[in-house]
Amino acid sequence: MNYLTAFILGIINYALIDNVVLSRFLGLCPFLGVSKKTNTAVGMGTSVIAVITISSALTYVINRFILIPLDLVYMRTIVFILIIAALVQAVEILMKRKLPALYKALGVYLPLITTNCAVLGVAIDSAQKGFGFFDTMVFSVGTAVGFLVSIVLMSGIRERIQYNKIPKAFQGMPIVLLAAGLMAIAFFGFKGVSF
Amino acid sequence: MKKILERLYNGIIKENPTFVLMLGMCPTLAVTTSAINGLGMGLSTCAVLIMSNLIISLLRKIIPDRVRMPAYIVVVASLVTVVDLLMQAYVRGLYASLGLYIPLIVVNCIILGRAEAYASKNPPLLSLFDGLGMGIGFTLALTVIGLIRELIGKGTAFGFNIMPSFYEPVSIMIMAPGAFFVLAFLCAVRNAVMMKRKQPLPEKYCTGHCASCMDTSCNIGKKEDDQQ
Repeated sequence: MNYLTAFILGIINYALIDNVVLSRFLGLCPFLGVSKKTNTAVGMGTSVIAVITISSALTYVINRFILIPLDLVYMRTIVFILIIAALVQAVEILMKRKLPALYKALGVYLPLITTNCAVLGVAIDSAQKGFGFFDTMVFSVGTAVGFLVSIVLMSGIRERIQYNKIPKAFQGMPIVLLAAGLMAIAFFGFKGVSF
Repeated sequence: MKKILERLYNGIIKENPTFVLMLGMCPTLAVTTSAINGLGMGLSTCAVLIMSNLIISLLRKIIPDRVRMPAYIVVVASLVTVVDLLMQAYVRGLYASLGLYIPLIVVNCIILGRAEAYASKNPPLLSLFDGLGMGIGFTLALTVIGLIRELIGKGTAFGFNIMPSFYEPVSIMIMAPGAFFVLAFLCAVRNAVMMKRKQPLPEKYCTGHCASCMDTSCNIGKKEDDQQ
């Protein structure tokens, strides 16, 4: 199997079969909070793809060439979260200077991504599993695509829910959680797919 | 003394982090496959929360305002590393089942949220009890969710078999969708109780993101609504 097929199959695997939000429970806060409108959801999802891709490449290099040789693996959590926080800040400043149009569209989501547990979760998970560079990239891009897919689907559902009659006690968060549960069952269907 | 009790009441009931503030959803849904796991996750978060509130409150006059977020993150991440190593050494079974979610306590919104909202403005003792109250509230919520899921999904409670033998476990409850369903019904029950008491429903959900509890760019969803 060449790299391209491995890449595509890996993305499908991490985006649909083992979806980050619906089966691994990472990044739930933005999934529940920023999914009211489809535009916002697309913006959030796209920024997450960008940040996760860059941050896991960076944390892989730091983990492989600094933390492991120096026997500092126990410092992983602190180092990774600081890298992610600094990276997000740097991306924000660079984007503001060089790509003002893109910054206008995505800028508001960037500060929120620092504490998105999907970003830190992917970095720590791939370091713990001892993935190589290629696997790390497949894992992180696939996870980020999965996040985009689920948050966009969720925002579509929520835009529809607004016009439905819902029992008063279920209005707000409960109905959104129920919808998410049904989505999780639907995504279970992908478990039957195997390569 | 009265203030301390008020802090505990606030954390456990009035502003319960799970059922009222809806914070820290990731561990709440991910690790509550059994009551023991929920309890373990709750207690480890509680330990980090108490210590981080205390330390941040002690340092509140030293940390410059502009770099407070990175400073809080360093404090919390160090404490999480300590808890992580201690759990690896002494409770290996629990550590294995909680796995990734222990290092992820760093990005739990409850901790940074309390640091920003309370500990950075109040004296150490009160901050400590604020952390304790919130921690107990979180632990109770996780244990209850875990207990319900375990009871329906496996027919056991804390590992003991208590359902009658003809009971057929509904195993979807201990899988991913069950987490959403249990939390949805618990929130609906909370809403129903509050409506009966004619209290206003909590408007301030975690508006989006863990970060919304702590910085100015909060209410991101709300701003969008106002514009349209």
